[in-house]
Amino acid sequence: MSDVQDYASSLSNAASRKFETFSYLPSLSEEQTRTQIQYILDKGWNPVIEHTEPENANSHYWYMWKLPMFGETDVDNVLKEIEACKAAHPKNHIRLLGLDNFAQCAGAAMVIYRGETV
Amino acid sequence: MAVKQYDAGVKEYRETYWMPEYTPKETDILACFKVTPQDGVPREEVAAAVAAESSTGTWTTVWTDLLTDLDYYKGRAYAIEDVPGDDTCFYAFIAYPIDLFEEGSVVNVMTSLVGNVFGFKALRALRLEDIRFPIAYVLTCNGPPQGIQVERDLLNKYGRPLLGCTIKPKLGLSAKNYGRACYEGLRGGLDFTKDDENVNSQPFMRWRHRFDFVMEAIHKAEAETGERKGHYLNVTAPTSDEMMKRAEYAKEIGAPIIMHDYITGGWAANTQLAQWCQDNGMLLHIHRAMHAVLDRNPHHGIHFRVLTKILRLSGGDHLHSGTVVGKLEGDREATLGWIDTMRDSYIKEDRSRGLFFDQDWGSMPGVLPVASGGIHVWHMPALVNIFGDDSVLQFGGGTLGHPWGNAAGAAANRVAVEACVEARNMGRELEKEGKDILTAAAKHSPELAAAMETWKEIKFEFDTVDKLDVAHK
Repeated sequence: MSDVQDYASSLSNAASRKFETFSYLPSLSEEQTRTQIQYILDKGWNPVIEHTEPENANSHYWYMWKLPMFGETDVDNVLKEIEACKAAHPKNHIRLLGLDNFAQCAGAAMVIYRGETV
Repeated sequence: MAVKQYDAGVKEYRETYWMPEYTPKETDILACFKVTPQDGVPREEVAAAVAAESSTGTWTTVWTDLLTDLDYYKGRAYAIEDVPGDDTCFYAFIAYPIDLFEEGSVVNVMTSLVGNVFGFKALRALRLEDIRFPIAYVLTCNGPPQGIQVERDLLNKYGRPLLGCTIKPKLGLSAKNYGRACYEGLRGGLDFTKDDENVNSQPFMRWRHRFDFVMEAIHKAEAETGERKGHYLNVTAPTSDEMMKRAEYAKEIGAPIIMHDYITGGWAANTQLAQWCQDNGMLLHIHRAMHAVLDRNPHHGIHFRVLTKILRLSGGDHLHSGTVVGKLEGDREATLGWIDTMRDSYIKEDRSRGLFFDQDWGSMPGVLPVASGGIHVWHMPALVNIFGDDSVLQFGGGTLGHPWGNAAGAAANRVAVEACVEARNMGRELEKEGKDILTAAAKHSPELAAAMETWKEIKFEFDTVDKLDVAHK
């Protein structure tokens, strides 16, 4: 048994909480975040930033930061808005989605900043 | 106006049913059969016989033929083509007027098209290769209960394939032990666990205990991970009343998704269940036990692309599609053809993928293909590349066989799928760089490293039996 590793995850350990796509990987570096934003823009999807208090993360609806960035083509502008959202809500989880208006469904979603999980 | 007279006896089919000058109507149901005739029977006569026997005809003239307008109702063999690379058979294209079929009934369509004709003596073998359902007929069917986008929204899963796992051993676990296996997989990062197809309600585990324990597993895994989870509760049952009873209970305890075996369970039961799922906000996972009996022989039976269309019309949100890379049969190009048929709203004729007709689904939602059977973490790059985001990748042994157990096996697959998606989005070529991508991801995941060590040697490299028809001479 000694070579079997325990899977440490529990209700009482808030570090066990996950955030869907990419949350099983190490946090994205700034460079990795840029390439994912570029992917969303290249697909022609509309970026939208959402945030929530960690205790309300289970809701389908997080708070929308301003409006979706319709027609945005510049990665830097998206990053700037993510930073502005973080400055305004430093304790919140912040995620980025790419809205595909043809499928009427998000084509991508990823949490960029994690607040303190509960 | 010409008056028809009753002339008893046997007529040649081609006099009535072979119409090479016919241009199919937009509303016709079109079928392509691969026909292997008995020696010495002319192609046109056999093609006409197939058209007759699958529509209005019988072996002899009857006086009641003259009470109706048979020229309106008859099926028409309108084209014949060589099968590339095989001189023993040919393709016959047949057009059926839409009035021949009850609206919204795949049962009725298939009773005609693959009924008595398959036992017809003038044929050595017969295979239904493809059907074009006109949009006018498609819209009479209920279709998938929710569809791909709704499922993503309900479960909050975006931008990646979903991950599942079939619980093993297939049979023999008690309900409590079974729920444990589900819980471990779900807490490790799976989106779904799945009842195996033959798990119904056996003496060792009655359905109701299974449903209760599995729901507790889902609730705890959701609280622990903060993600939405499900388990395909198999409601396939000996009678459709019993099936509905189990479905109602699954809804009562808050299960998001249930499961049905659409071929063994029957298409009438499946259509009933799919309509109920739509009315009750439930997702429906479809298994395809018995399909290989129908679709594996290249000369006789029903091609899987037809069974795919049947399911999309009858209703289901997931359908097993084969993996291309795992332990079960499936040619790559042909598989791409039928997974497009599941998901897209308009599919063009493409013989290189075995698609004989354009198919317009209009507003009918799509079905998620499920890749399941003999796959493990080393297959992940190829699977993500072949299936894309709109799919469910399902690892049974490839989760539960992990040396540290189900949670670690689930985590390994979750890390692998996310690493592949991240790399794909960066523009990397998954099938070429798969090893590097997984190796890099494993540096941060001891679970993935252990999985890669366990399965590195396993491959399934048998050739497929049912290949696309291509010239090889």
